Amino acid sequence: MTSFPAILRSEWTKIRSVRSTVWTLALTFVVTVGIGALLSLLTNNNFTEFRRSDQSPFDATGTSFSGIMLGELAIIVFGVLAIGNEYSTGMIRVTLAAVPQRGTLLTGKATVLGAMALVVSVVTAFVTFFLGQALLGSHATGLGEPHVLRAVFGAALYLTLLCLFSAGVTTMLHNQTLALGVLVPFFFLLSPILSAVPKVKTLAHYFPDYAGSRMLLVYEQHGQPYGPWTGFVICLAWTLAALVGGALVLKSRDA
Amino acid sequence: MIELHDLTKRYGKTLAVDRLSFQVPQGVVTGFLGPNGAGKSTTMRMILDLDRPTNGRVTIDGRRYGQLSEPLKYIGALLEAKSVHPGRTARDHLLWLAQSNRIPTRRVDEVLALVGLTPVARKRARGFSLGMGQRLGIASALLGDPEIVMFDEPVNGLDPEGILWIRNLMKRLATEGRTVFVSSHLMSEMAVTADHLVVIGRGRLLADLPMPEFIRRNSRSAVRMRTPHPERLLDALAGAGIRPEPGPGGSYEVVDGDLARLGDLAAAHGVVLHELSPQQASLEEAFLQMTADSVEYHAGDGPGRDAAGAPGVWGAGWTADGTRQSAAARQEEN
Repeated sequence: MTSFPAILRSEWTKIRSVRSTVWTLALTFVVTVGIGALLSLLTNNNFTEFRRSDQSPFDATGTSFSGIMLGELAIIVFGVLAIGNEYSTGMIRVTLAAVPQRGTLLTGKATVLGAMALVVSVVTAFVTFFLGQALLGSHATGLGEPHVLRAVFGAALYLTLLCLFSAGVTTMLHNQTLALGVLVPFFFLLSPILSAVPKVKTLAHYFPDYAGSRMLLVYEQHGQPYGPWTGFVICLAWTLAALVGGALVLKSRDA
Repeated sequence: MIELHDLTKRYGKTLAVDRLSFQVPQGVVTGFLGPNGAGKSTTMRMILDLDRPTNGRVTIDGRRYGQLSEPLKYIGALLEAKSVHPGRTARDHLLWLAQSNRIPTRRVDEVLALVGLTPVARKRARGFSLGMGQRLGIASALLGDPEIVMFDEPVNGLDPEGILWIRNLMKRLATEGRTVFVSSHLMSEMAVTADHLVVIGRGRLLADLPMPEFIRRNSRSAVRMRTPHPERLLDALAGAGIRPEPGPGGSYEVVDGDLARLGDLAAAHGVVLHELSPQQASLEEAFLQMTADSVEYHAGDGPGRDAAGAPGVWGAGWTADGTRQSAAARQEEN
C-alpha cells in the first residue's frame, strides 16, 4: 500500500502550488471578515433605526457574521476547485496511476482539504467575531456570554463542512464546471429561497447549509425546527454522505 | 514484465478491446501498433488500472497494478500530453508526484535535467509548448526510476527534433535494460525504434513478433514489367523459368527479380517494354494491409490505395498465430 503520510504530503503540495485554490481561501477570509465588519459598523451607527421594529434580542454575534453567506461561497468554490481541477486538466489519471488505492486517496485529499479549510475557517471566525464586536461598540457581546463561543466555533465548523460537502459532490460529479454550476446556485439561490417558501421549507430546513447555520445562532429563534447540535449532526451527515458517495463513484468509475 | 490475459473492454455495444493476450518482453522496445481507435489507449489505461477490464486481467511482475506499493517505482507512464494543471510549475508537478510515492526530492531535479526542462522548472505549465508538455510527461514517467516505461503516442504533434529526442531516449532506456512499451499508429515510427512488435486492430491481436522477423516477412521486393505484347513476355519469362504474378493495370511482377537480367531477357526476345521498374513494399504498406479489415473508417475505397502502389504488398496478412493467409484470399480482398 502507498503510505498515507506520503499521500498527505503530496496532496498538500498540490493545493498550495496552485494560485486559484490559495486565492479562494484568502477570499473566504476577506469576504467574511470584511462584510461582517461593514455590517457591524453600520449597525452600530444606526442602531435605533435598525432595531425599531425588531422585538427579538439583539444578536451581536450574528451581526458580526453577516458576511458568512458570501464567505461560504468562496470556500465552496475552494472545495470544488481542489477536487475538480484534477478532472478538468486530466491530471486525475496521473494521480490514480501514482496512488491506485482510490479510497485511501480520497481520504487523504479530504483530510488535507478539511484541515486547510478548518484552519482558515477558525482564523476567519475569530477575526470576524473580534473585529465585528470592536465595531459594534456598546452593543458588543463577549466570548464569555452564553453560547457565544459555541457560535464562533460553529461558524468555523459550518464553513469547513460545506467545503468538504462540495468536495464530495465534485468527486461524485467528476466535473468541475458541472459541480460549480450545481453547488453555487444551490447554496446561493435555491436553498435560501426554498427555506422561505411555506411547506417546502420543512424540507429545505434539512438542507446542509440551513442545518449547519443553526450552529451560529446564539438565541433560540421562533419556529426553529431544531437546535444547534442537531443542526451540526445533520450537516455532518450530509458531508459524510457526499464524501462516501464520491468515494463510491471514484472507485467504480473508469478514470 | 507486463502480461495481458484475455483482456476485454466493452463500452455498451462496442468491444474496444477483444480478448487481448500478450506479454511485453523485458529489456527491449516493444511497439504497440494499430490504427486510430484500435484500442491501444484503452489497453494502456487498463494496464494502469485506470479503466477496469470487462473481462480478463493485466499483471505487472505477476501482480495487479492496484497491488503495487508505490507503483511509480515499477512502471512509469506517459498517457496524454498535458495532464498537468496549467497553473502549477513543472517542478511542483513533479514534486507532488514524487512525494506520493516517497521518491526523494533530489530525483525531481534529476529528471528535470534529464529531459532538459531545468531552465523552465519554476515556470507554470500554462506557457509550455506541446513538446515541453511531452517532456514533462516523460519526466514524470521516469521519476521513480522504473523498470518499465509506457508511452502512449509520444511523438504525436512533435517537431522533428522532438521526435528524434524521444526515439533516442527510448533506445537508451532499453539499453539500460528497461522494458519500453510504446504505442503508435505509424509503422514508419516503429520501424526505427521498436525491437518487438504487437499489432492490434479493432481491439484484437493481429501480430506479436520480433521486429526483424516482421521486416523479413514484409520487405520483399519485385520488378514490375509492362508490355503491349503480354503473350510474348510470358513466353520469354517461362523460357527462363520465371513465373511472374499479375500486377496492376495489366502489368506483371517478378518477385525478387533482377532488374538488369529481366531487361536483357526482354531485349533478347525482342519484347517491347513500356515499364521496367523496381517495386519495394514498405512496412507501412504491410501494416496497412494487415489492418485493412480492422480500421474503423476507411478514407475511401480501392482506387486511392491502388494509386499509391498498394498492390505491391507481399507477405502481409500475418495473423495472430503466425499462419499466413493464402494468396488467393488476399487476391479476393483486392
